[in-house]
Amino acid sequence: MAAAESYPEDLRYHPEHDWARVDGDEAVLGITWFAADALGELVHFEPPTVGATIAKDQPYGEVESVKAVSDVIAPLSGEVLEVNATVVDAPETVNDDPYGNGWLVRIRLSDPSELEALLDLAAYQQVLADQ
Amino acid sequence: MKLIYEKSRPGRRASAIPRPEGLPEPEIPESLRRAEPPRLPEVPEFELIRHFTELSTRNFGVDTGFYPLGSCTMKYNPRINERLVTLPGFASLHPLQEEDGAQGALELMWRLQEILAEVTGLDAVSLQPAAGSQGELTGLMLVRAYFDDRGEGAQRRKVVIPDTAHGTNPASVTMAGYELTPVKTDPRGNIDVEDLRGKVDEHTAALMLTNPSTLGLFDENIEEIERIFHGAGALMYYDGANLNAVCGISRPGDMGFDIVHINLHKTFSQPHGGGGPGGGPIAVRKMLEPFLPVPAVVRRGEDEFGLDYDRPQTIGKVRGFTGPFGVFVRSYAYMRMYGPRLREMSETAVLNANYLRARLQDAYELPYDRLCMHEFVLSARGLKREHGVTALDVAKRLMDFGYHPPTIYFPLVVPEALMIEPTETETKETLDAFCEAMLAIAREAAGSPETLKEAPHHRPVKRLDEVRAAKTPVVKYEFERHPEAGGEPSAVAAEAPKGV
Repeated sequence: MAAAESYPEDLRYHPEHDWARVDGDEAVLGITWFAADALGELVHFEPPTVGATIAKDQPYGEVESVKAVSDVIAPLSGEVLEVNATVVDAPETVNDDPYGNGWLVRIRLSDPSELEALLDLAAYQQVLADQ
Repeated sequence: MKLIYEKSRPGRRASAIPRPEGLPEPEIPESLRRAEPPRLPEVPEFELIRHFTELSTRNFGVDTGFYPLGSCTMKYNPRINERLVTLPGFASLHPLQEEDGAQGALELMWRLQEILAEVTGLDAVSLQPAAGSQGELTGLMLVRAYFDDRGEGAQRRKVVIPDTAHGTNPASVTMAGYELTPVKTDPRGNIDVEDLRGKVDEHTAALMLTNPSTLGLFDENIEEIERIFHGAGALMYYDGANLNAVCGISRPGDMGFDIVHINLHKTFSQPHGGGGPGGGPIAVRKMLEPFLPVPAVVRRGEDEFGLDYDRPQTIGKVRGFTGPFGVFVRSYAYMRMYGPRLREMSETAVLNANYLRARLQDAYELPYDRLCMHEFVLSARGLKREHGVTALDVAKRLMDFGYHPPTIYFPLVVPEALMIEPTETETKETLDAFCEAMLAIAREAAGSPETLKEAPHHRPVKRLDEVRAAKTPVVKYEFERHPEAGGEPSAVAAEAPKGV
């Protein structure tokens, strides 16, 4: 069952509709409700490999729905520590719970100063209003 | 509707072939022989005819109704094309026929090349590529051959593509071994020239552009774009998918493009939509001609035509023999019927699209509010926000009104996109009836959105579970899963099985 629209206060957002939950020098990344809703139910998640280096503003994986295949943009740079196997097995988890069980990867940050460039909730909501 | 296997009963036959007598046993090794007879449906001839006639009525095509599938140019394909392509001199020609026995076919191909060169404003044509996508790949191979010849092959690695491009463009770039440089669209629906300026340099091999774009908009800055690319020493590739908008009006060669592919199956009435065959000839500027695929169709004298293999710098062959010949006959016939009035084809296509746009843009949203070319892109974003009705729902509901849906969710830069291309074929009555259906659907979205959510209601197949189809596709018929269908050829079913 697709989740209702929501954008948690404690996340940092990227204008390409990605979120990051930062914890020390690590972060968990995912896509926002808006992205999941625009794509529709996901049928495939093509994850990066564990150990790969991902770069801010660059694609690090792909999500696919019956409408489109879309790059997932990294909000922050770092090394991939873990890929969410639940989403690989059941991609619709992203639609059901985009900020919880539908997270995509966990990374170790290579440049924590990049955080400053991300959007807070108010700034991201402004991005959404302009869509 | 039942499957032909479900109608099968052991022993029923469409014909009785006498058992051959007195013939020697064919010398087929035991290991290659079937252990059991093939599992073919067993039906009488009239059941067979009724079955496939019924099946054919479940199809939808240009011959049965309006088909405004954006970017696909689903125009009517005149019957005279089919008449001409079945002339014995064309239909019975063998691809290995000697040149002197195929002069008529070679002349037709040469004349088609001449017309395509004129329509595109370029110098030389190869008819070989079998579809637009293969034309793209061939074009990029020419780009590589050209820069290799100039010693710039290793330096020029990048191909620029706008974010509105057909999906085949980035795919062709990747397949040709180039790197992709995406460029944004500006608020008027043109290429963002400022974004572009920072991305084109001595590492750029080419631009790939559809003009008009997939938004149905003619790029107003095409001359500036030409200066940027040619100023950096790069080439320009024109994706001819939308050529139906500009024939006889503006020519890609005059816009500065160096390579163009033409979709004969879109613009020039080769039937398509059923899997082909298509035709994707490419036209190029003079300096690229030496690299074109072989054989080239050439004129040797006033009345002599031939195939020229003597092209030392050619990229080689890209398709068997000389290309999809039947497609050439149909396209040539179509062009010659228009003759010098080919321009009217594009003018009418643009007029029809603008008529629909003007009638529909208030009930839906028009993200780029400009005169369009041969197609335009509406957004169902407002219907989704206010009533929860999506572009998919609108498309499915249109089927109930007897129309093929427009292209949806493309181009990607428009949310809830509905891309509509009426072509020049249709009458005003058809266009008006389609508008009335679209307006009725917009009203239904407000009044009874559930009607749209559950559409189609009156088609042979209801709403499909597209997610399940994508995740667990069933791509072959499995008898094990349908024990009621036919069974073993020898097993006699006592009673007709009920429908599945």
